Amino acid sequence: MADTMQFDLVSPERMLASYQASEIRIPGVEGDMTAMPGHMPVITTLRPGVLHVEGSEGTQEFVVSGGFAEISATATSVLAEQAIPRAEVTRDFIDELRREAEAAHEAAEPHEKDATAKALSDLAQLAEDMV
Amino acid sequence: MPSLKDLKNRIDTVKSTRKITKAMQMVAAAKLRRAQEAAEAARPYAERFNAVLGGLAASAQEAGQGPKLLLGTGSDQVHLLVVMTAERGLCGGFNSSIVKLARTSIDELERAGKTVKILTVGKKGREQLKRDHEDKFVGHVDLSEVKRLGYANAQDIAKDVLARFEAEEFDVAKIFYSKFESVISQIPTEQQVIPATFEEGETAGGAPTFYDYEPSEEGILAELLPKAVATQIFAGLLENAASEQGARMSAMDNATRNAGDMIDRLTIQYNRSRQAVITNELIEIISGAEAL
Repeated sequence: MADTMQFDLVSPERMLASYQASEIRIPGVEGDMTAMPGHMPVITTLRPGVLHVEGSEGTQEFVVSGGFAEISATATSVLAEQAIPRAEVTRDFIDELRREAEAAHEAAEPHEKDATAKALSDLAQLAEDMV
Repeated sequence: MPSLKDLKNRIDTVKSTRKITKAMQMVAAAKLRRAQEAAEAARPYAERFNAVLGGLAASAQEAGQGPKLLLGTGSDQVHLLVVMTAERGLCGGFNSSIVKLARTSIDELERAGKTVKILTVGKKGREQLKRDHEDKFVGHVDLSEVKRLGYANAQDIAKDVLARFEAEEFDVAKIFYSKFESVISQIPTEQQVIPATFEEGETAGGAPTFYDYEPSEEGILAELLPKAVATQIFAGLLENAASEQGARMSAMDNATRNAGDMIDRLTIQYNRSRQAVITNELIEIISGAEAL
């Protein structure tokens, strides 16, 4: 079995990364998952978090704000709304995301409060990780 | 017969006009390249997005249940037309052709007894539609301050459209923009965004993969559909940006050439009248000398 898989990270504005990777840690909505070659085909939505890639170009990390990932045995595509290499993430970027999440939480219907509260705590966690 | 001085002035005026149109053409060419690159860069996302969503949507449509964004409200009485045009003129028939397509569509819908609402993006389209259809305007998005078109701009428009959909202000939404074919050809296009439509046959390559869905198929669909609206609007905006620059480039190229032709004509006229003046003076001198 091949020991690498094609990894693509695309945002609506451009393609951020495309190379062979051996291991990709994805912040899925229902928990982190690691995609390795030969993974079962899965489509998952993302929560705000850190995307961790072990690949031909070493280890890279990206902060994603949401979106979804398509995993198959030979390729993983991550379609992120916003994605930034971890080193370039600024406090302002996270704060901006948090403000948006807070606004969404305020506006949410009672039965959606769970989901928005979770997004909020995800972001709080992310902010802590960044420090 | 204009005097020599008048002619000289006109030639100078046309010359400076030519300089301006030439400059605009070159600026448009540079911007066109950037706009094309942006459109190119956005393509992988849109393609993958549509592939995934298309598969999901097809199965949901078969099952006959899914979010309203996919299946519609069950009526098609009220249409929202999002007319996307440029913020600036001097780009040939670019704005007019989009507006013309929108007008045809409005007329058709009205003949069928539907209610039409219009959301304009870009000043020029709004100005052109104002005369006949001002009563149908429900909103306007101003992009004149936007230097570089980003996904955030599309998201804002999508948010506006989705909020109106949630409030049940309309049943069907369509976007109007111009597809970029080449510098000399831009095709005004009408595209339905709500309920969502997908081009078929895109996922036909190879055996279909059966995916596991996390959280659930419905959950993913519900999250992706609103994003699909933003993605489509973004694609439309990018195509529009490229088309606008392409149209401006060829319009300005024409203008430059016309100015050149005009300068040639005026120069010939100028030389003729100058020659006429010289001949006249010679005749006067010669007949004066003969009279002695």
